[in-house]
Amino acid sequence: MTLKEVPIGSSVTIKKLNGNGATKRRIMDMGLVKGVEVFVRKVAPLGDPIELTVRGYELSIRKADAELIDVE
Amino acid sequence: MIIGLAGNPNSGKTTLFNDLTGSSQYTGNWPGVTVEKKDGKLKGHPDVTIQDLPGIYSLSPYTLEEVVSRQYLVNEQPDAIINIVDGTNIERNLYLTTQLLELGLPTLIAINMVDVLEKTGVTIDTKKLEKELGCKVMTISALKGKGTKEAAQEAIRLAKAHEVGKRPEIFSGHLLKAIQEIEGKLDGDMKRWFAIKLFERDNKVIQDNNLNPDLKNIVEPIITKIEDEEEDDAESIITSARYEYITKLTSQCVVASKKQAKSLSDKIDSIVTNRYLALPIFAVIIFIMYYISVTTVGTWMTDWTNDVLFGDIVPNALTALCSTLGVADWMQHLLIDGVVGGVGTVLGFVPQILLIFVFLSILEDTGYMARIAFIMDRLFRKFGLSGKSFIPILIGSGCGVPGIMAARTIEDEADRRMTIMLCTFIPCAAKTEIIAMISSVFFHGSAWVATSMYFLSLAVIVLSGIALKKTRFFAGESAPFVMELPAYHLPQPKTVLMRVLERGKHFIIKAGTIIFAVSVITWFLMSYTPTLQYIDSGSAEVSKSILRYIGEFLAPIFAPLGFGNWEGGVSVLIALSAKELAASTVVVLAGKAGVASLFTTMGAFSYMILNLFNPPCIAAMGTIWREMGSRFWAIFAISYQLVLGYVLSFITYQLGSFFFYGASLGIGQIVAFGLVLFIIYMVVRPGYKEPVGELVQA
Repeated sequence: MTLKEVPIGSSVTIKKLNGNGATKRRIMDMGLVKGVEVFVRKVAPLGDPIELTVRGYELSIRKADAELIDVE
Repeated sequence: MIIGLAGNPNSGKTTLFNDLTGSSQYTGNWPGVTVEKKDGKLKGHPDVTIQDLPGIYSLSPYTLEEVVSRQYLVNEQPDAIINIVDGTNIERNLYLTTQLLELGLPTLIAINMVDVLEKTGVTIDTKKLEKELGCKVMTISALKGKGTKEAAQEAIRLAKAHEVGKRPEIFSGHLLKAIQEIEGKLDGDMKRWFAIKLFERDNKVIQDNNLNPDLKNIVEPIITKIEDEEEDDAESIITSARYEYITKLTSQCVVASKKQAKSLSDKIDSIVTNRYLALPIFAVIIFIMYYISVTTVGTWMTDWTNDVLFGDIVPNALTALCSTLGVADWMQHLLIDGVVGGVGTVLGFVPQILLIFVFLSILEDTGYMARIAFIMDRLFRKFGLSGKSFIPILIGSGCGVPGIMAARTIEDEADRRMTIMLCTFIPCAAKTEIIAMISSVFFHGSAWVATSMYFLSLAVIVLSGIALKKTRFFAGESAPFVMELPAYHLPQPKTVLMRVLERGKHFIIKAGTIIFAVSVITWFLMSYTPTLQYIDSGSAEVSKSILRYIGEFLAPIFAPLGFGNWEGGVSVLIALSAKELAASTVVVLAGKAGVASLFTTMGAFSYMILNLFNPPCIAAMGTIWREMGSRFWAIFAISYQLVLGYVLSFITYQLGSFFFYGASLGIGQIVAFGLVLFIIYMVVRPGYKEPVGELVQA
């Protein structure tokens, strides 16, 4: 399953990050690395981006990027 | 002595910087780029400079802010670093710390927001943290000014003693061995830093620091071996290792005594970004801001400054002074009409700009600005803009100058440049005067003229965004939209005030100098005949001015747009200094014959289009110049507006006369059709793809 498909209000653990270069590095720099727990808080009123809670803070990423993150 | 201040965005860095430096700040741009550069003298220590680095999450090579910061740290080597760490968000903040500690500089960690931590029942074992990280750790509250002086004193002591702590060992196992192996091929204080960068295949580091390019090939087998073992790429291996270390560290040093209740910030957020309430709340907030700063108070203040202060009070006082002193007539005109007239118009914007900055600073400081981007992102990124571009475009509908300035809040450089280029296309208050005049003289005051112009300007913004995004200049997913949504808090009057004053000062100084020069030149050309006789440029006399001859010279250029007379040419030129003049000048020049004598209906329509999409005024051009921070981008933006205005006006006139006024199919129409096809092509063609591995250009 990817992070994009996770229903709002549930917690998942990151398994693997796909993609490469700047985007992947940026996502990882923000603390979304393998093994971390992520809570999907909400989706923006227009349906994108989504808001996550990770490492005790709120982070917003686009669905297109969330799709690159495998979770379980 | 120089002390660098480094930390994450939203970590309280600005508050600490303001607290440490007071009013001695100097703001500029980093050499060659428009990333804000701030420094100031430490209060009570004129020999100590605090260098504020951009707020960053990492020292990766991918964003301009990060590149600027690491170049500064590596090349300039400040005497010490104060690393401010948000105690309420410690894991992610320490991630940057692990990278800073590799630079081999004396470092002090200042854990901020201890007052908030106390309230939420979180304790941080600073002694333990100090021992683990091998450097001095102190707690502060930047907001309340607690512990900040002591932290600065300690940083000075570290700098004087050049006390570099014992670097913590973040890596382990095979990875550590590999890094040590690479380290063995390097020397100097920073060899660990360079070794990690080599491992990450960070080619920018090799380029910028003149490392032996052969190193790349030598270390490659070491990297590949680890990558095969870990089944991941080198950069991700390092990042994961850092976070693993931090997770372990914080589990030992940070204790939350009680289960945290839902915070006030969470409660606010669940309302303001609620699926159904978010848009109405957003609309109300924006309406209030717009209503106060553009429609009512802001406009009253601008009108008063323009009409009363610089329209009456200052000119009258100056006239009186000049006649008392017996100043020559021409000098008097230059001072009053040229200087006061020109610079006064610009200063007239100041109160309005300050007011808008107050609102923007409050939006930023409370954390709502990030939510605006969150709410609007989906809509705006389709045209190559960011969610935050909404505000500049909205303000631009009142006045382009503060609109351009409002783009300051957009972090991403490409988005910000694009927003600056496009936000003045929305008709500002002055442009509505042209629309009103043309529609009343030529279209019986029909409301469709104004309505269609707003839709046309929105279309121009959207299509320009799509087309420009596909060019090499704006290509690439510049910075991925991975954005922190900081906790809400009450705006700090001091922070808001400092930001407002700082931005206001810039506008006055930088835009003012350019505008001053252009105003004087324009005044001269309008007020003198070629034999240097003074004339009243506000009357029909202006037809004898130097500008008239320039207009005559330019007339052929405007002939394909449907108004090849000198009056049209002059009006377009004058209107470049201020758009309200696009309407009043043609009225003055047409005299008794009336505006209808100067233009055909199609020509008038085309004149309106040209003025709507040309650069709005000297003030706006000066601001674009200042805000772009680079000559190339300023010229690019202004040229784009000039060319686009001309092209749209050309197409309108040529095709309009063909379809509605029975003009025959001539060369003009064919060229116009060609231009339409070209525009369609620019919008629909596949975008330029940046070569893979290309880094941010400084």
